[in-house]
Amino acid sequence: MLNAVRSSKGAGIIKSGAVIDDAWRLVTVAQGETPETVALPIGPLLVPVPVWRSRRAELIRREYEHGWPLGVWLSAEEGPEAIAADLDDFSVIAVEFSKFTDGRGYSTARLLRTRYGYGGELRAIGDVLRDQLFYLARVGFDAFAVRADRNIDAAMAGLADFSAAYQRAAGPAAGPTRLAA
Amino acid sequence: MYRYDEIDHRLVAERVAQFRGQTRRYLAGELSEDEFRPLRLQNGLYIQRHGPMLRIAVPYGTLSSRQLKKLAHIARTYDRGRGHFTTRQNLQFNWVKLAEVPAILAELAEVEMHAIQTSGNCIRNLTADHFAGVADDEIADPRPWVEILRQWASFHPEFAYLPRKFKIAVNAAANDRTVAAVHDIGLHLTRSASGEIGFAVQVGGGLGRTPILGSVIREFLPARDLLGYCEAILRIYNRHGRRDNIYKARIKILVKSLGSAEFARQVEEEWTQIQDGPENPHAAEFARVAAHFTAPPYQLLAARDAQFEARKRDDRGFARWVGRNVRSHRVPGYAIVTLSLKAPGSAPGDISAAQMETVARLADEFSFGELRVAHEQNLILADVRQRDLFALWQEVRTAGLATPTTGLLADIVCCPGGDYCALANAKSIPIAQAIQKRFEDLDYLHDIGPMSLNISGCINACGHHHVGNIGVLGVDKHGEEWYQVSIGGSQGRDAALGEVIGPAFAADEMPVVIERLVGAYLDRRHADELFIDTVRRIGVAPFKARVYATPQQHERKFANA
Ligand code: SF4
Repeated sequence: MLNAVRSSKGAGIIKSGAVIDDAWRLVTVAQGETPETVALPIGPLLVPVPVWRSRRAELIRREYEHGWPLGVWLSAEEGPEAIAADLDDFSVIAVEFSKFTDGRGYSTARLLRTRYGYGGELRAIGDVLRDQLFYLARVGFDAFAVRADRNIDAAMAGLADFSAAYQRAAGPAAGPTRLAA
Repeated sequence: MYRYDEIDHRLVAERVAQFRGQTRRYLAGELSEDEFRPLRLQNGLYIQRHGPMLRIAVPYGTLSSRQLKKLAHIARTYDRGRGHFTTRQNLQFNWVKLAEVPAILAELAEVEMHAIQTSGNCIRNLTADHFAGVADDEIADPRPWVEILRQWASFHPEFAYLPRKFKIAVNAAANDRTVAAVHDIGLHLTRSASGEIGFAVQVGGGLGRTPILGSVIREFLPARDLLGYCEAILRIYNRHGRRDNIYKARIKILVKSLGSAEFARQVEEEWTQIQDGPENPHAAEFARVAAHFTAPPYQLLAARDAQFEARKRDDRGFARWVGRNVRSHRVPGYAIVTLSLKAPGSAPGDISAAQMETVARLADEFSFGELRVAHEQNLILADVRQRDLFALWQEVRTAGLATPTTGLLADIVCCPGGDYCALANAKSIPIAQAIQKRFEDLDYLHDIGPMSLNISGCINACGHHHVGNIGVLGVDKHGEEWYQVSIGGSQGRDAALGEVIGPAFAADEMPVVIERLVGAYLDRRHADELFIDTVRRIGVAPFKARVYATPQQHERKFANA
């Protein structure tokens, strides 16, 4: 899985209904590294929660000095509580899908949007595939780092699989809905 | 019954298009096996022994005659002319071809049907009382609520990739006919002291490897909070249910490990953060849905039809059928009729295309064009005039649907088992057939009285063997098919799980085992005492002693099975 995330580094993402270049770099803590010592490359970064916690001042200083906005990524195990107090700091929150069948990230996104009022970019990373994009958008994701071995332009069609829904969307999604939840 | 509006039609049509594309990409090698599997499962498509099996949703067991005609057409065109009704009120086709499934789904969409979420780790098709709206012990009609839950659960974006499957049943009667206690959520419609409608919420029941009855976590949930509260339960489960071990992934394991009180506390805590949201469903939406479930245009009839009574006196066969397969209706002069799919020698729940067409015609002629599927794998005509019963009986007898054994030992509930199911440890249909053959004598069956016998081909328990008065479970012993027997299970308000009586049996021993269990009961029963009540009174031991008293023709090879 880490490979999948790593290889998405620098590739395009789907955002606002288009494929755009991605300026964000994903920081992972490899074996033998620690959150305290892992190298932080230049430019805007998506850092794992332990790195955010241990190097918060340094990251904020980078933003202040270089204008590199802050981003964080949550692993499948981490819920929104892990960063709930800091939401205002982030321009991007990414949620990792280690396997596309692990649905925890859907609840994470939904809660970030509806309970914690997060309004910035919410990005799905990891095992992100065309056939899940519609539901991902409904729970509040607005950016999708489609798995690097897949054709991202073709994947975008998945966002338009349905033109209506029974449930209210947690993000900016189109189409009529019927039920209030 | 509920009719689709523009949104329902659009969603189902778009789902068909979506799955058509997914199937095409899979066949073209663009989707891997692992990527396609959850997609096809959430469209009801399994890969079985003989190839794909398609499970079609029959929401809470309601069908129109038009839909049944379409199912007959599909059976003839895409299958081998048969279908199988399941213990979850659905219909399975066992002989479909993968490439044709999108076409079948398109045909289903024409009659407001689909196969959405009949499998997979999502909220499955909901089940409810097959007598909803007509039962004389009903508190209020559950169907508007179940339909709203159905819509809420369909394509729910947050809960499409749960740790494991999730089943919801809604009971609305004094006598629970849905086995709600063995569902992930069992809802019991009830009224508060002030007459407000709400639900008792039971969570964490289930059969399978770890059979357990659900715990009531809320005695009274106002109906307006239904969707929000279910959302809270599902969210706790989605976030905290185990994903590391498929056998420990059901919500029952989470409820058990937390304890039901702690689980309830977490749900309530989640719920307090949801409940300030909008009323859900809106009163207007509820009214729109409920308007589909108004009573059909009943005639004003006498409570007892004289002609019907005379027929019963004159014709013993008719009287016997009425005694077992017809029950009282809340409207005077009407009756509820069970059409048996348990003819001797047949596979329980199986129905031919010709029988489907007959039932559809009879529903049109005698029951306002609608029918129900019972989880006991029979069909129900819910609104038949007493005076039409004799004519109806003659028709269903010709069609092989009048076996007068509803609720008796021969009304066996049975999963498809090893003849079809890829997961099976043992065949189940031949066991059912052999037992039916042994208990062919109707007088004997009637003397034994009401009791249930459930057979599952493996621990997944699709035949609900844990809640059968007698339960039979297929087990694999060194590559051979053996059968473990339990007694004392029951459905209803006092649902209970059966107790295993001892070492397993070979297939050809099974009829004798059942005979001995029945014999022990007949010897010990008090007047009018049901099998289950005798088991409860005297315990398992006397039954066990009888069954294992003398060896059968077989030496028992696996004494500790
Ligand atoms: S109980 Fe087992 S054998 Fe029977 S249908 Fe279910 S999975 Fe298949």
